[in-house]
Amino acid sequence: MTPFNRNFGQGKRTKAVRPDMNWEEITKAGNVYEPGNANTYETGDWRTIRPVWNKDRCIHCLICWRYCPDASIIATDGKFDSFDYKHCKGCGICANVCPVHAIDMFSEDEMDRQKEAKRNEE
Amino acid sequence: MATLKELSKFEERFVGGHRLCAGCGHGISVRMVLNAAEDYNVVVGCATGCLEVASTIYPYTAWNCSFIHSAFENAGATISGVEAAYKSLKRQGKIDKDFKFVAFGGDGGTYDIGFQSLSGAMERGHNMVYVCLDNEAYMNTGIQRSSATPMGADTTTSPAGKVIPGKQQPRKDLTAIMAAHNIPYAAQTSISNWQDVHKKAKKAFDVEGPAFLNILSPCPRGWRYNTPDIVELTKIAVETRFWPLYEVENGKWKLNYKPKKYVPIEEFLKPQGRFRHLFAPGNEHVIKAIQEEIDNRWLALLSRCGEPQELPAK
Repeated sequence: MTPFNRNFGQGKRTKAVRPDMNWEEITKAGNVYEPGNANTYETGDWRTIRPVWNKDRCIHCLICWRYCPDASIIATDGKFDSFDYKHCKGCGICANVCPVHAIDMFSEDEMDRQKEAKRNEE
Repeated sequence: MATLKELSKFEERFVGGHRLCAGCGHGISVRMVLNAAEDYNVVVGCATGCLEVASTIYPYTAWNCSFIHSAFENAGATISGVEAAYKSLKRQGKIDKDFKFVAFGGDGGTYDIGFQSLSGAMERGHNMVYVCLDNEAYMNTGIQRSSATPMGADTTTSPAGKVIPGKQQPRKDLTAIMAAHNIPYAAQTSISNWQDVHKKAKKAFDVEGPAFLNILSPCPRGWRYNTPDIVELTKIAVETRFWPLYEVENGKWKLNYKPKKYVPIEEFLKPQGRFRHLFAPGNEHVIKAIQEEIDNRWLALLSRCGEPQELPAK
């Protein structure tokens, strides 16, 4: 019989979550030792409409960054950099607060269809 | 006042990958408040509610800082205990870093269930910030009425129908109650004005002793509005004087924003599905009662802030 892994403050197991993980491997008191590891969990597949950045119109005011509930707008050096599509849930707030309408929302279905059509052409 | 350009360079403390609904007001409020902590190390405590269950689903955590779970009723007690332990360890020389302590609670966990622990923590004078994210009902368990629910709102425990037109009682004024604890800082703010949230959160973090922040944080599921319109909706709440922006610093009341025009409360009620029944014939008296309540509270607030007692011109 293998001894119980009580994981006293080591937190080794939290780094790899497996479907076959059993109760002995769960960390003591349900502690999580990696701050911000939800980043590895992707919520982007919830999205039905997708924000698309229009580079020419953007004035880098970062109001979209301020109002994103999912921290899915990446700003580097105080400028708009890109969308984090892995976490963006497509709520559309960024497009709504943008003062210069530099973010357009497109239907994911429509974009998939366009991609498909392009692939068929080739 | 720092610009967004500077603020965006601070570390993100509430990362993506949490399971709050698309367009949830809590995500926005939490990011704004924790961003105002700037370079401080923060310890977050959280009362049970949407924010807690959606951001810390085991084995993930969306908090890029120290975080402690607590039950529904004791977020204030938990974070004050953490603060007391920190103080002791610091005195013994076992910790050399500086920390700030912040607790987040929904309106159910603050106005009703967690009220005793919050009141106790404020009275004991711990150096902490309590942030109430007010979405005006117990949204996490399926939209039951809380004492923060406004009059006339349709919830599952105050359903609008033939017998009653939604919730019958006006809402509790928690910010005023917290100010009555004579704490160094208590403020009410709305995410429509990010500068206001940032300024108040920064003040709350910088103040020595307990501070309280009340943030209007809409819930797209419970309020039943068009999700992307969150900022406009919270703006209308301020313009209609439903949610006045004020702060109480060391017992001194200060009004932060005074609407220039008289905007009737219908503007705030109309975009929301939870008030749809109020526009049906026979329910006009509820809207009138809500408007009267708001006008009375506004006049009382003006007199507390030492402003001339008059309603905005129509």
